[in-house]
Order: sequence, then C-alpha cells, then structure tokens
Amino acid sequence: MSEAIDLPVASPGPARLGNRVWTLVAALLGLVLIAGIAIGAPMLGSLGIAPDFSARLAEPSLAHWFGTDPFGHDMLARTVHGLNVSLWVGLVAASISVVIATALAIFAATCGRWADAVVAFLVDTAMGLPHLVLLILISFALGGGTTAVIIAVAVTHWPRLTRILRAEILQLRQADFIIAARRMGRSWGHIGFRHILPHLWPQILVGLVLLFPHAILHEAALTFLGFGLEPSRPAIGVLLADSLRYLMAGKWWLGLFPGLCLLMLVLCFDAIGNGLRLLADPRQGQL
Amino acid sequence: MLEARDISFAYGRAAPVLSGVSLGVGRGEIVGLSGPSGCGKSTLARLLAGYLTSRSGAVLVDGAAPAKGWSPVQYVHQAAYLSVDPRWRIGAILDEAGPVDEALRNQLGVSRRWFERYPHEISGGELQRVVLLRALGPRTRYLVADEVSAMLDPITQVEVWQALQARAGAGLGILAISHGDALLERVATRRLHLEAGRLLPVSGSATKAIGNAGSPQCGKWPLEPANLPA
Repeated sequence: MSEAIDLPVASPGPARLGNRVWTLVAALLGLVLIAGIAIGAPMLGSLGIAPDFSARLAEPSLAHWFGTDPFGHDMLARTVHGLNVSLWVGLVAASISVVIATALAIFAATCGRWADAVVAFLVDTAMGLPHLVLLILISFALGGGTTAVIIAVAVTHWPRLTRILRAEILQLRQADFIIAARRMGRSWGHIGFRHILPHLWPQILVGLVLLFPHAILHEAALTFLGFGLEPSRPAIGVLLADSLRYLMAGKWWLGLFPGLCLLMLVLCFDAIGNGLRLLADPRQGQL
Repeated sequence: MLEARDISFAYGRAAPVLSGVSLGVGRGEIVGLSGPSGCGKSTLARLLAGYLTSRSGAVLVDGAAPAKGWSPVQYVHQAAYLSVDPRWRIGAILDEAGPVDEALRNQLGVSRRWFERYPHEISGGELQRVVLLRALGPRTRYLVADEVSAMLDPITQVEVWQALQARAGAGLGILAISHGDALLERVATRRLHLEAGRLLPVSGSATKAIGNAGSPQCGKWPLEPANLPA
C-alpha cells in the first residue's frame, strides 16, 4: 500500500503551463487587435473616406503605410474602416446564426421524432447546397446591401452548430443526473436552464467565435463578387474588387494589405475560439 | 409497498431481460437481491425507480401509479459520478433535493467542506455518500440501492449500512442489490435471487448454494467497526 502512495509524483509539467499561457496570450492578442479595429475606425473620421487628389496611387511610405488609392484615400484608414464593417457584419450574422442553431437544436431534441426529422432534413438540405451559390441567391433576392448580406450569411451558417448542439442535448437527456433531477420532481424548464444550458454554453460560445471568420470571409466574397455591400462603403470585399483593375499596373499595395489584414482578423478569431475551447473544458479550465 | 407486477422488459429488439417478474418491498423492509452479472438486476432497479418503462406489467407505489413531483422511489447506483451534474458544486447538488438533513449528513459522514467543491474534486466513496444523502430526502419512501457500498472502504460501508438500517427502522423500504452474499446476509430481512429473467426466493439453506456464500471471509463481514481487525 505504501508503495502505491510513495510512487514518484509526476512534476507539474512546465510545458503544459506554457501551452496554457500561450493560448491565453494568443487569444488576448487577438482580442486587443479586434478591439483596436472596433474602436479605431470611428476615431479615423473622414480619413480614408474624403478624397485627396494630391496623393493619388502613392506607394507605401511613412506618411501612408499601406499607400493610397486612385482617389488619394489612405489605404490604412480604408482597411481599418473595411475591417470594422466586416466586424459588425460578422458579429450580427454569426449571432443570428447561433440563435437559429440553438433554437432548432432544442426544438429537434425535445419536441419528438417529427421535429427531429424536420430539422435533420433542413440541416441536410442546407449543407447539401453549395454555400456560396446559396449566399449569392439570397443576397441577390433581397436586393443586396448590408442587411441582405447579414441575412444571407446568417441563414446559411447555422447547420453545423445545430448538429453539434442537437447531439449534445440528446446525449444529456439520457444522462443519469438529468433523470435523477426528474425523479426529484424538477420540471423540464428547470432542467433545461440549470442542467442542459450550462453544458451547452461552451459549444455555443466556441461556435459563435468560430462562425465569425466564416461570416466575415463570406461577406467579403459576396461583396467582391458584386452581390454584397454597396460599392460606396469601404468594405474589404469592395477594396479587393477595386484593386483588381490596378494590380496589372503594378499597384500591388491596393490588394495585398487589405487581404493580409482580413486574414489577420480571421486568425485572431480562430485564436480566441481555440483558446476558449481549451479553457472551457472543466477539467483543464482550472488555471 | 413498492410493487412490481408481472413486468417484462427488453432492450430494443433483443431477447427480453425480464419476463413476468413480480416483486414487493414493504415499508421498513430491506430486501436483498442477488444474481449473476448481466442477469437484469440493474434493469429491474431502473424499472422500479422509473428510470425505464416496462413493456408490460406495472410498477405501483403504495398501491398507486407513481405521480408527478418528487418520486417516493429513489435510485442510487454504483457509479455516483454519473448521478451528479459535473458542472455543479456539491452544495448545489444537495440543495436540488431540498434542505439537507443535518443528522443524516453527520451519520453518512458528509463534510460541509466538500460543499464548495466539484464532484471530480472529491473521491468516489465521498461522492457516493453525497448521492445517498441527496436521495434520502423526507419524501423518499423507498430506496433502490444498487451496489451502493461496493466502492466504499469497510468502515464507511458499515457506517452507510448502519445509517440505512436506521432509516429502514423509521419506515424506509430498501431494495438492496449486491453481488456480496455476506453483505445481503447481514443486512437483508428477506432475500431474492434473479436468474434467467426470473426471481427466486432464497431460503437459509439455499443461500449456501449461491455464489461464494461459503467462502471464508464472507461470514466475518463486520457490521460493527469494533469487529474490524486492527
């Protein structure tokens, strides 16, 4: 018996702690960058919106880090404006998607076999159709513009999360501690809010954060193809579409910097999403 | 009386686990149920406690079908960690069943220091005592105890069964399911054996024929802590 107790205890691995710290640092850095864009864009005012014909198509320099476009707009300011637009479109669209996914998952898992079959059919149909085609069709049918893009992105991004949440709820419904709560006279309402929802929160939160980059990329793609936001708004998709005409003329900075910044923003959300997923695990979650 | 009347059960399309089983547990009685692994003891327990619904037959509690609200039949099984929400603290887990009975808490050896911890932060044996405390609310009239003491150390086993016997003395009906014949021999007022989906009564002479009742350590199973070797 004493041998079992005296076994050398594995030292708390510094590598694991290091991983955790890196996860947190990466997620925080992402959050700071995103916050910077959200706060920075309104502070820029008309910088990047008002034309300045004295500095047309200037190469990147200390005065204009990302160069300027044919109207003399500062591309750094325009990129920040564009990322801000992407941020809000992504936030609203992803939030609506998550609400749809959660509602459908609860409906499917709690309202009987028919409800489950209907939701499964909807999920399969939505996942079977090519994503971008569906996006274009919806956005086109709604006449384009910010609202149309938000609706189009929101109603095409729920199926994957719906599947995950539905499976989670079905598994929980069979769990002994849920049946025990029922046998202690607790209502399904109480069980739903006190037992099931806390188990779904990590999935919902991570789902939301990981939907963000998807929504942002699709918004940019739609706008780039001309079915999205108004050409007058400095969205990333608009900037990239405009840059095409000048790329052949060697004005590389018009497309490179907005594209790279979009990639950075997407990676920031990815870092936060993955960080949350790791931290939300109840056994790993104790720092 | 907690009654099972002619109940049958099968998982999916598989062959029935139980066919036409009838059983009664009276108030204040401890009925010991034994049987080989996989013979349907836990299935019978879950049917009695309302965790499963039988194909045919009925489960009656004091002559009536179980009503909504707190079930007078509570079920505690071996895997305590499955019976509690892993995201709740022990205090919240106990509160879900109503105010904690302090006397019973002391008798079962549930410490107040655990209340701030999560289920995975206390041991399996400690958690089992928490689950028992939760199940033994004032409205519980019958307890289906499925191998409840299998994971406890001998001293705690004695304490837990003393507490349960005291409860039985106050009118709680207990169906004690165990592989341990010695345990059932000591605590049960009546014994049953389940085999091939049928229940058989166990009389004093039949006890020896079943399992390892004759093995040397069985007779020495200590009910008093004082009986334990130092």
